[in-house]
Amino acid sequence: MLQDLLRTRDWLLADGATGTTLFAMGLTSGEAPELWNEAHPDRIRRLHQDFVSAGADIILTNSFGGTSRRLFLHNAQERVIELNRLAAQHARAVADAADHPVVVAGSVGPTGDLFAPLGALTEAEAVDIFAEQIEGLKAGGADLIWIETMSAVEEMRAAATAAARCGMDYVVTASFDTAGRTMMGITPEAMADATTSFTPAPHGIGCNCGVGASDLLVSVLGITAAKPDAIVIAKANCGIPQVRGGSIDYTGTPELMADYARLACDSGARIIGGCCGTTSEHLLAMRRALETHRRGDRPDTETLIARLGALASPPPREGATRRATRRSGA
Amino acid sequence: MADDDINLDALPDDELVTQMHDDLYDGLKDEITAGVDILLSRGWTPYRVLTEALVEGMRIVGVDFRDGILFVPEVLLSANAMKAGMAILKPLLAQTGAPKTGKMVIGTVKGDIHDIGKNLVAMMMEGAGFEVVDLGVNTDVDRYLAAIDEHQPDILGMSALLTTTMPYMKVVIEALKTKGIRDRIVVLVGGAPLNEEFSLSVGADAYCRDAAVAVETAKAFMARRSNQMSAG
Repeated sequence: MLQDLLRTRDWLLADGATGTTLFAMGLTSGEAPELWNEAHPDRIRRLHQDFVSAGADIILTNSFGGTSRRLFLHNAQERVIELNRLAAQHARAVADAADHPVVVAGSVGPTGDLFAPLGALTEAEAVDIFAEQIEGLKAGGADLIWIETMSAVEEMRAAATAAARCGMDYVVTASFDTAGRTMMGITPEAMADATTSFTPAPHGIGCNCGVGASDLLVSVLGITAAKPDAIVIAKANCGIPQVRGGSIDYTGTPELMADYARLACDSGARIIGGCCGTTSEHLLAMRRALETHRRGDRPDTETLIARLGALASPPPREGATRRATRRSGA
Repeated sequence: MADDDINLDALPDDELVTQMHDDLYDGLKDEITAGVDILLSRGWTPYRVLTEALVEGMRIVGVDFRDGILFVPEVLLSANAMKAGMAILKPLLAQTGAPKTGKMVIGTVKGDIHDIGKNLVAMMMEGAGFEVVDLGVNTDVDRYLAAIDEHQPDILGMSALLTTTMPYMKVVIEALKTKGIRDRIVVLVGGAPLNEEFSLSVGADAYCRDAAVAVETAKAFMARRSNQMSAG
């Protein structure tokens, strides 16, 4: 379904933020958003409906933390299949009732664990953990699996392997939040190289979350330069978070996100959406911007900074490398 | 060309210490424990081994981590090597009544299981000579308060990696205010979705972008505190 849409459309609009939107609906800090699939189906459907009404072509299920590793914290590790199936069913119901084709993407976030040898989790164990979640998403009617906010290649590969094992198409996006790399030190180019060599290959690769929108688009430029033929995804945060009273606000305006969407398009992204802080109001502005935009020249970093703001986590100074030690001889 | 045949025993003290800085940088655990043992056998006090070999070595690692040259995998190896050296020194430091840099209670907030960054901060703080009480993940306000009561730390560190958990920091800070102990403790916060503005809006003293910045910030607050005490 995603490929069908991409054949006829230059860009697709993915949705906005799940976590922060649920906050605005009354989720409290520390509560598991996935439990709302059961407790508040009306709110989860409203979350999806608002994004679809704003023009989203792709919606992500409320299942980011839906692996047993993360549900364990809420003593819901036995309910992985059920909670993920519900997550996909809510999105499916909204997508099927929409006045335009809407893709249901089953969100799969990181386990939060370090992989061996740095940590205890093996890739084989991780595949089983992800496969359990993906079975639930598949049962609920997800069109494809949306692996997101990843930092480690091993974890991306484990989730991709799990999707393939369940017979599901998938895309994978990483969070480049540290000096232009993931926290594990993976550059956008290395991420693109690694993920496009997975078997079967992903149907899209890209960036989500991270730090600022300008940082994210620098990473998008890295990926589109490395893999000009790939379907590239951009899902940037909506400015920076601030707490006002009991609620959490992001500083990005609809105008800023509209300009981000145009620049994402110019940077070569085919699927464009928002991450943390992006409301349906922002998404509507992005939709309108994209509908009236003609894909322009690739922006450079200076243009991104001038239009979207300074890099929140800039790359190291030119020529900065690992120190030479006697043993490494580097 | 890699030089694997360095004989640590044969190195004079100053070269050995430099080599240990290199070995910490390369994350070589066995070489670090060997270096610690050699320096102790040469009559170095545990405190001098800690500060000149381990703390200084981790400071160098921290600088390159802060500057986006080293990343989590490399720094974890370095921190593990440092920890192995610390394991030898810790009981000796306790016996010899060596000076303490300060004490920190740290934990990942309620609802959040992410502890990679938090563990790194805990290890780097230990590497900088702090005593660290690590509460682990999913820490609710009662556990923070109980630990503060029991350990009387100088610093409280809170970590969150999710936009849905980071507001919990405000819950904890409000509870410190209610108990009337907010002014007695320095609150440092960190985690990928956070920033300076966010940390101020929840009432923390500082946002620490990474473990190296956390150590620098903690040291700066301790220096300010001891100045106030001597002026006081």
